[in-house]
Amino acid sequence: MIRGTKDFWTGLIYIFFGLSALIIGRNYPMGTAIKMGPSYFPTVLGGLLILIGIISLVRSFLKTGTPIGRFTFKGLALVVVSTVLFGLIVRGAGLVIALPVLVLVSASASREFRWVPSLLMAAGLTLFCIAVFLKGLGIPLPILGSWFGG
Amino acid sequence: MELIEHLGLGLATAITWANLLYCLIGVFVGTLIGVLPGLGPTATIAMLLPVTFALPPISALIMLAGIYYGSQYGGSTTSILVNIPGEAASVVTCLDGYQMARQGRAGVALTTAAIGSFFAGTFATFLIAFFAPGLSAMALKFGPAEYFSLMVLGLVAATVLAQGSLLHAIGMVVLGLLLGLVGTDVTSGAQRFTFDIPQLADGIGFVVVAMGMFGLTEITRNLEREGSRSIIAKITSLMPTKEDWKRMVAPILRGTIIGSAVGILPGSGSILGSFAAYSVEKKVSKNSAQFGKGAIEGVAAPEAANNAGAQTSFIPMLTLGIPSNPVMALMVGAMIIQGIQPGPSVITEQPALFWGIIVSMWIGNLFLVILNLPLIGIWVRMIMIPYRLLYPAILVFCCIGVFSLKNTEADVYFMALFGALGYLFSKLDCEPAPMLLAFILGPLMEEYLRRAMLLSRGSPWVFVQRPISAVLLGLAVLAMLAVLLPSFSKTREEAFRE
Repeated sequence: MIRGTKDFWTGLIYIFFGLSALIIGRNYPMGTAIKMGPSYFPTVLGGLLILIGIISLVRSFLKTGTPIGRFTFKGLALVVVSTVLFGLIVRGAGLVIALPVLVLVSASASREFRWVPSLLMAAGLTLFCIAVFLKGLGIPLPILGSWFGG
Repeated sequence: MELIEHLGLGLATAITWANLLYCLIGVFVGTLIGVLPGLGPTATIAMLLPVTFALPPISALIMLAGIYYGSQYGGSTTSILVNIPGEAASVVTCLDGYQMARQGRAGVALTTAAIGSFFAGTFATFLIAFFAPGLSAMALKFGPAEYFSLMVLGLVAATVLAQGSLLHAIGMVVLGLLLGLVGTDVTSGAQRFTFDIPQLADGIGFVVVAMGMFGLTEITRNLEREGSRSIIAKITSLMPTKEDWKRMVAPILRGTIIGSAVGILPGSGSILGSFAAYSVEKKVSKNSAQFGKGAIEGVAAPEAANNAGAQTSFIPMLTLGIPSNPVMALMVGAMIIQGIQPGPSVITEQPALFWGIIVSMWIGNLFLVILNLPLIGIWVRMIMIPYRLLYPAILVFCCIGVFSLKNTEADVYFMALFGALGYLFSKLDCEPAPMLLAFILGPLMEEYLRRAMLLSRGSPWVFVQRPISAVLLGLAVLAMLAVLLPSFSKTREEAFRE
């Protein structure tokens, strides 16, 4: 029934964002054309986005599109998780722990992951970053974080 | 003549030891990321933006510019040797370049690419020097209505020239505009879409979005398909034969002109130029049967075009303050961070900066031609680094870079969010480039819209009543119509499919 999956999901996503813009935008004044309030432009844009989303949705039933292709859930999940993890622990644990975690978790997404080269790389990168970013550029990130009294 | 004076000022600015060094670093890093698939100029420039805070503005911009046009040089190396484009614009070079490599003519292909690029870069630099002052002077007559229409044209052009579905691209532009509005509305002081999160009061940082959608997304996409790359590592002679020289002259000239013209258009930069140059060359050449089997014209024309395009895409940014592609958008951001307001006044208020950048572009091209060929051995070794070792390093630099912007983990989380969104969108044929462009232009567009409406007392007709604005909007409409025409859309699809 749905001939174009890409169009279908795109349509849904656009409608979602457009509706959100409209609904949240109701909290701010619209103003008039001469003196546009904060909600004017967002409302126009939101409406436009909903329209585009509907067209895309309708088109998904009428036009056969190319299939979505390989979707790497594992890769996506690990890239996102490793990044978020870094953000969570970097100030508490410090770079010396956060960087290797980032490297190892993200590296494990690769099919050719092996422990030894990845550990070596984690160590090397951590040293490099501490040297260049902390000592060289003075970025305020702790080597050893607040959980350890750093 | 004034031009000589201006160039003299530029030369004096560009050849200080510091600026020469930054230019060299820029083109070197640019070539490096051009050679390495999976890391593009957008993500790299986004990553290095925090570093440029500490540098003087001219040096920072010289370096960032070098990264951009340097990456066009580097991209051709992987295209020729590995049949994998290091840069989006180098896709076309794979077609004939790799075939030449398989015939043992890799060295000749690389040299051709370098020569073509150098010629194109020189030409484009003079083009900029020649036209920029006139454009800026004209732009000073622009009012808010004209600026608004110009941005509309830019965004429409970005969708027209984007890959994937046109409808989706338009949606991405609108979405980008909306996301750009998150934060505090300058005029009214209201906080829009911030959900009371303090880190959103200033809006979502464009570096965060850029690194997410161009850095993390790219990494995820590369994780989809991992495979080994077979590389033609044996490079014998570099010198083209006399016959080769004769054959490459005309394609280089044509490629340069096409690339320069297309590069100015908002929305593309260098990619469309190289496609167009290849197609034109194929139709026009006497040796068109050889295209796809190792025709030297098939390397010379697109390489000249993409380098010319990379440089002329600076024109709208330097003269009007309007970015024509995501890289230029980041450069606008870099200028704002340095306290320089991009726009037509830059050329008169900061002549050393303006002309210094232009002259440094030519110097950078010189560095590149000298660097690329002797160092080819190094680039070959770099290509052989397995991606599984490379991408965690890229991720590390993204995370630290993004954190260092405002010293908040929130930016890291947002980057992850945009990385995920970017991947999702890319699977659905929604291009990130139009969105980033719209994201940066969004608040500006609203500002100009407001002012235009205020001045016209609420009449939307002002956009077509004022002549320049009407012309710009007319061009936008034409562009849209052209794409919707079946014949053009087929050509567009073909071009991207190849």
